[in-house]
Amino acid sequence: MTSLGQSVRLDRRELCRSILQNRDDMLVIAGLGASAWDITAVGDCSENFPLWGGMGGAAMIGLGLAIAQPQRKILVITGDGEMLMGLGSLATIATKHPPNLAIIVLDNEHYGETGMQETATKHGVDLVAIARGAGFKRTQLVQHTSDVDALNREIRSDGLFFAVAKIEASPQKLVLPPRDGAILQSRMRASILGSSAHKQI
Amino acid sequence: MENNFSLWPDELYSLLKVHNISQVSVVPDAGLSRLITRCIDDNDIHVITLTTEEEGIALMAGAWLGGDKSVLLMQSSGVGNCINMLSLATNHRTPMPMIVTMRGDYGEFNPAQIPMGQATQTVLEAMGTIVNRADRPEDIVPSVDSTLRLAFNTFRPTATLIGQRILGAKTFGSD
Repeated sequence: MTSLGQSVRLDRRELCRSILQNRDDMLVIAGLGASAWDITAVGDCSENFPLWGGMGGAAMIGLGLAIAQPQRKILVITGDGEMLMGLGSLATIATKHPPNLAIIVLDNEHYGETGMQETATKHGVDLVAIARGAGFKRTQLVQHTSDVDALNREIRSDGLFFAVAKIEASPQKLVLPPRDGAILQSRMRASILGSSAHKQI
Repeated sequence: MENNFSLWPDELYSLLKVHNISQVSVVPDAGLSRLITRCIDDNDIHVITLTTEEEGIALMAGAWLGGDKSVLLMQSSGVGNCINMLSLATNHRTPMPMIVTMRGDYGEFNPAQIPMGQATQTVLEAMGTIVNRADRPEDIVPSVDSTLRLAFNTFRPTATLIGQRILGAKTFGSD
């Protein structure tokens, strides 16, 4: 269906392209660093909220948005380092259990923006097991191109969902989103709320 | 000192309703107990119990993206856990009102509460937060009203610190 390369590990950008094609009205939060560059490379738009900071907060931003917009699908795409910094949020999110939130960790087992130092997932820390332990009922470990169709079905299904996709650690070309956070916020609010977004009291 | 007969927790709940607050995130504090209970009992308010306070900062960013108004309730020790995450408010110009019950100030018994309690206002202001202090019961509601208005009207982090002079210091049975 999609070209995801022949290597053992998935290509992060091709995986994101597969996830985000036919995205309908899905709202996407991307953790800082490579995840933000990935969703931007696929196509920057108002329904993307790529982060430049707030490390450890991507999943919680997803929770706040999922509660505020229960009719929309919210997808958080983030890295293993970012998710490891916010492990407690998995407990918080599973407790609230929003049915319209999906979290995908692009796991290259390294801190890619700072010199490719190894993360805890390189040493066996199992984010899927942590999510299950926190209370996520629907989870998936994505390792092969043959897993991707199922991943796309799960993301688009109802119910809180968490997946880890093991991806290649090789760096990709930087594709930077707008850097002004006020623009990133305003454009998504306007997309969701229309012109009233800027008059909310 | 107990607050069993204080009206301000119920008045704060009413204030949150007036401001259409629909997401209330919490790391509990005894001084906030009554307010938290009122919010839990309200089907129109989502109460999100956090594992650490910085989650509440990120939650407020997501809530506002989707048009919901959110407030974070915590004790002063939790402010230290929020520092880096508060950069979201500055970078995105996001309303982030906080209601903070103080530990480590007036009459504190526990030495471990002093460092963060004494640094709470400084730390919040260092990250761009407008801080009001309420050290008399009659100051609480007007101060929180101001904190909510400033956050949502001017798009920034704001906080009311409710002083231990009002709440009373925990004595650990030493009275």
